[in-house]
Amino acid sequence: MNLSILFSPEYKRIARDGLWDNNVVLTQNLALCPLLAVTGTATNGLGMGLATIAVMVASNGIVSLNRHLIPSEIRIPIFVLLIAALVTLVDICLNAWMHELHKVLGLFIPLIVTNCAILGRVESFASKQEPLPSLWDGFMMGVGFTLVMVILGAMREISSTGTLFANASVLLGESFRFMELTVIDDYKGFLLTALPPGGFIMLGFLVAMKRLFDQKAEKKA
Amino acid sequence: MNLETIKTQFDKALAKVKVWLEPENLEQLRPQLHYQTGVLAGFALVAALLLGMADLVTRDVIQLRLEEDLKAKLEEVIPAEMHDNDLLFDTVTLPSADANLGANETIVYLAKKAGEVNGVCFKFVAPDGYAGAISLVMGIDKNGEILGVRVISHTETPGLGDKIEISKSKWILSFNGKSLDNVSFEQWAVKKDNGIFDQFSGATITPRKVVLAIRRGLEFYKANQAALLATGEKS
Repeated sequence: MNLSILFSPEYKRIARDGLWDNNVVLTQNLALCPLLAVTGTATNGLGMGLATIAVMVASNGIVSLNRHLIPSEIRIPIFVLLIAALVTLVDICLNAWMHELHKVLGLFIPLIVTNCAILGRVESFASKQEPLPSLWDGFMMGVGFTLVMVILGAMREISSTGTLFANASVLLGESFRFMELTVIDDYKGFLLTALPPGGFIMLGFLVAMKRLFDQKAEKKA
Repeated sequence: MNLETIKTQFDKALAKVKVWLEPENLEQLRPQLHYQTGVLAGFALVAALLLGMADLVTRDVIQLRLEEDLKAKLEEVIPAEMHDNDLLFDTVTLPSADANLGANETIVYLAKKAGEVNGVCFKFVAPDGYAGAISLVMGIDKNGEILGVRVISHTETPGLGDKIEISKSKWILSFNGKSLDNVSFEQWAVKKDNGIFDQFSGATITPRKVVLAIRRGLEFYKANQAALLATGEKS
């Protein structure tokens, strides 16, 4: 497999779109429901992000392969059907074979269905493009989403409980225990940031910061 | 029929499908109603088949995992040295509609050593937590003293009410060794209500409801104590 294709202008464009220019959360302001529900800790954000990447890549790939088969009049029901089936598959497979992980993520996996960004990518990208760019787009969009989830989760976790990546060893295995940090010792906690409204406020700061960066970059150019 | 003819037939069919799958052919088909119906039905069928197969493959494994989970939970509240039987399969189902434990029937897991009941444990619910039902499991020894209580699931406020979890606070351990005999009925309450159990700063309702639910659990055991202890003698 020739990986140099990933550095061609087209693929670079897709990566840049997913990570920054057209980021699911920061620019498109999609996927806020799972985002706010899950990002109480950085670990939860990471786990949810990984599960979302898997579903995004799979749904983009399947839709792109079948894009000539699907009439535009009934595309939405088919997409929803596909995504719901995929999420259910991921859910029961995790429950059976990665049960410890499912105990951590179990509550959140059904929430992936509520992630309109997946439907959004399928509709606006995969249904019009070749399979390979579609897979890459699903992956990069998922990575962009995961990054925001982890950053927001870390901000909320540090300010609400004073720890970082708590329980990471449950999600990723014992060898990742070193990630579990106590940032502020004997911290009394700040309840607001643990609750969804606090997450919403912090998300506002993140979006504002991204806009500031973009404005500065524009002025330079 | 020999292999040769089957192969040619198969190749012919494959070629037909290939022609049918050409983007130009599909483009003509797509606006037609019967084609759309077929495609939607096809996708639904494939999805249903996939999910059905996945369910068949995983059902037993998941059942096993859930049993392991339940067993681990029960063993947290019943010390291993108190029983030599399999808790999961030595059970009595009792009516509990009047005990206000959140269910009309409660499965009581019996901890037996050499056939004699040493203790029991059961799951119960505090239906009136601050943010919804709080699901608990409790182990009680044969004299009615608490061996241990754990919270299985809850939706209380993170950072305040979630101190009922063992991973967040040792509060739930303060019930160990307590019974209806060594703590009077009035004392089964949080300190704010003149009881002996701590509440949390900023959260009184959650611990109050947990304390009351545990008291109801103990009363449920007391009401059925004779019957439960008698089950050991039969076997």
